[in-house]
Amino acid sequence: MLDFVQQLVSGIALGCVYGLIALGFVLVYKATEVVNFAQGDLMMLGGFFAFTFIGMMGLNYWVGFAGAVAAMALFGMLAERIVVRPILGYPQFSIIMATIGLGYFLRSVAGMIWGTDDFKIETPFSQGVLRIGSLVLAHDKLSVIAATIILCTLLWLFFNKTTLGTAMRASSENMLAAYYMGIPVKRVVSIVWAISAAVATCAGVLLAPITFIHSNVGLVLGLKAFPAAVLGGFGSIPGAVVGGVLIGVIESMAGFYLPEGWKDVAPYVVLLAVLLLKPEGLFGLHARKKV
Amino acid sequence: MRFLFKTDYEDDIRLFPHSGYVVSYGLLLAVLLIAPYVLSSYLMSQLVFVCIYATVGVALLILTGFTGQASLGHAAFLAIGAYTAAYLQKYNVPFPVYFLAAGVLTGCIGALVGFPALRLQGIYLVIATISFAFIVEEILARWESVTNGNEGMRVKALTLLGVTVSRDSPTFYFVCLAVLVLTIVGTLNLLRSPTGRAFVAIRDSETAARSMGVNVALYKVKSFAISAAITGFAGVLFAHKLSFISPEMFTLQLSIEFIIVILIGGTFSLHGAVLGAIFIVMIDPFLTYLKDDMPGIIAGIAATFGAGTAAAENIQSKAAAFASLNGLKGAIYGIIIVLFVLFEPLGLYGRWLKIKLFFQLFPLYKRSTFKRQKIYVKSERNR
Repeated sequence: MLDFVQQLVSGIALGCVYGLIALGFVLVYKATEVVNFAQGDLMMLGGFFAFTFIGMMGLNYWVGFAGAVAAMALFGMLAERIVVRPILGYPQFSIIMATIGLGYFLRSVAGMIWGTDDFKIETPFSQGVLRIGSLVLAHDKLSVIAATIILCTLLWLFFNKTTLGTAMRASSENMLAAYYMGIPVKRVVSIVWAISAAVATCAGVLLAPITFIHSNVGLVLGLKAFPAAVLGGFGSIPGAVVGGVLIGVIESMAGFYLPEGWKDVAPYVVLLAVLLLKPEGLFGLHARKKV
Repeated sequence: MRFLFKTDYEDDIRLFPHSGYVVSYGLLLAVLLIAPYVLSSYLMSQLVFVCIYATVGVALLILTGFTGQASLGHAAFLAIGAYTAAYLQKYNVPFPVYFLAAGVLTGCIGALVGFPALRLQGIYLVIATISFAFIVEEILARWESVTNGNEGMRVKALTLLGVTVSRDSPTFYFVCLAVLVLTIVGTLNLLRSPTGRAFVAIRDSETAARSMGVNVALYKVKSFAISAAITGFAGVLFAHKLSFISPEMFTLQLSIEFIIVILIGGTFSLHGAVLGAIFIVMIDPFLTYLKDDMPGIIAGIAATFGAGTAAAENIQSKAAAFASLNGLKGAIYGIIIVLFVLFEPLGLYGRWLKIKLFFQLFPLYKRSTFKRQKIYVKSERNR
């Protein structure tokens, strides 16, 4: 029983990381219907920025964190301006390819700049543990869970309660109509990319004590965050987090209870099963076809 | 420029629209048949890979380019073909039998993947095919009694009509070329048949296709099966060419390379698959060239423009250091993909068509002929 709870909590913590990355997918998808395959790599880059600020320049953790988030927000805008804006409004497939290309580029360049070793960021949470009875919970995992809940709530409020959030949802429904209604669609898209890069950075920094930062971490975790986003129904913020937690728990349970090899596959098996039964994901909107 | 006046339906679906095609493709084929006796063994080997990649490219083109079903899981189909060949070869099954068996098996699995894919669209389909590829990769690594697990399998040289064909011999190249040519001719025939036109109709508008009486589900599954079967055939050749296969060869990276093949070649014509395959296979030799020869050339240019010997050597060493950077290949891949999507969405074949049209219409060429229409689609959720 204790094992089970321990696995459950570490699964939830891992799942929250997937959920944080999936949040980035969902944000961009919600606002522009673009699927950003480079999201994981933005996370990796954010982690490296934070490492540069905190580990190499010796800044305070929180200052470095904020600096990395700000820098990545700018970088997200830049990436949107260069790669995505010229092809906005073209078929989805070309945008997927462009972001795959962007991901390749970021991965390789990060490898060139920071090398291919593993890096670690010292965080205020890396040492402590919380003991409840004989249950041991590491602070870094709890910090990920807490941060996910906070970020998710903030983003949900942002999308549903603010004007800018409404503008984003409108431009996703029908880009041209939103433009005619006076919504500055281009600026909205670029803000969305900034926010999603900032969220990715948070994921990268929180993750640093758990999985370390290296140039391929974005690819590895990004591919796990995809099922999370799809499971929750692309385009649903609570869905992304629930999907992420599900994937994390499934993975950690499968690693513990099932024979070796299931750990990596179980999330995808579950994903295929869910897609068979509910093609629009667990929280997705039911699609209606129009001619 | 030759004007084609089509007066009946037969003219429209002819395999070779006019004799010029026969002459030019005949010449190309002749050149390709002479190639092994002229080229160095390294380039020969690259040419074999071009054939294999182009075959997969054609397969993917049927699925993605003509039926509009994106797939990032084709490495898995290639793996299934390769492993079937390697497994059956252990029991001394003759080449033609296991070649066909690999195609049939992969085709059946492709159809099985096609069924769940019926309900999925766009990004969901991409994720589902990626998931399928991961599952296959893991099965290959774990099913040790058949696949030998992570240690991989040796593949012996293929035996054709009692003669052993080594993987570097011209005969092996001819086998690959034959498979490629048969695939292309077969696909051309497929595309002008009712099946092919149904595929294109589904790509252009599923709803319209359905209202015209096309059985969308049937044709989507068919498209998956055909595409997978051709990839399976290519997998057999791939296994023989490498002579050793292991699960980590068939990763997502390979699937992405196949997508790049059709993206860079151009997703609307079979020429694109071949051009894209040439491109993707030749990028490695190009990078080697960049590493070995470019620094010297750059230094030479610097010297001719009046830089001193010391400065030229400095430039040379810097260029050499740049060219041997670790991630250069990935970065160049990334830049190339982005640039093609941004500036040449029709791919290499599209570029060739533009150049051809420019000379055909010489003073009257308009750039806007090929201008992309922005579609500003409404939300996919309601489409």
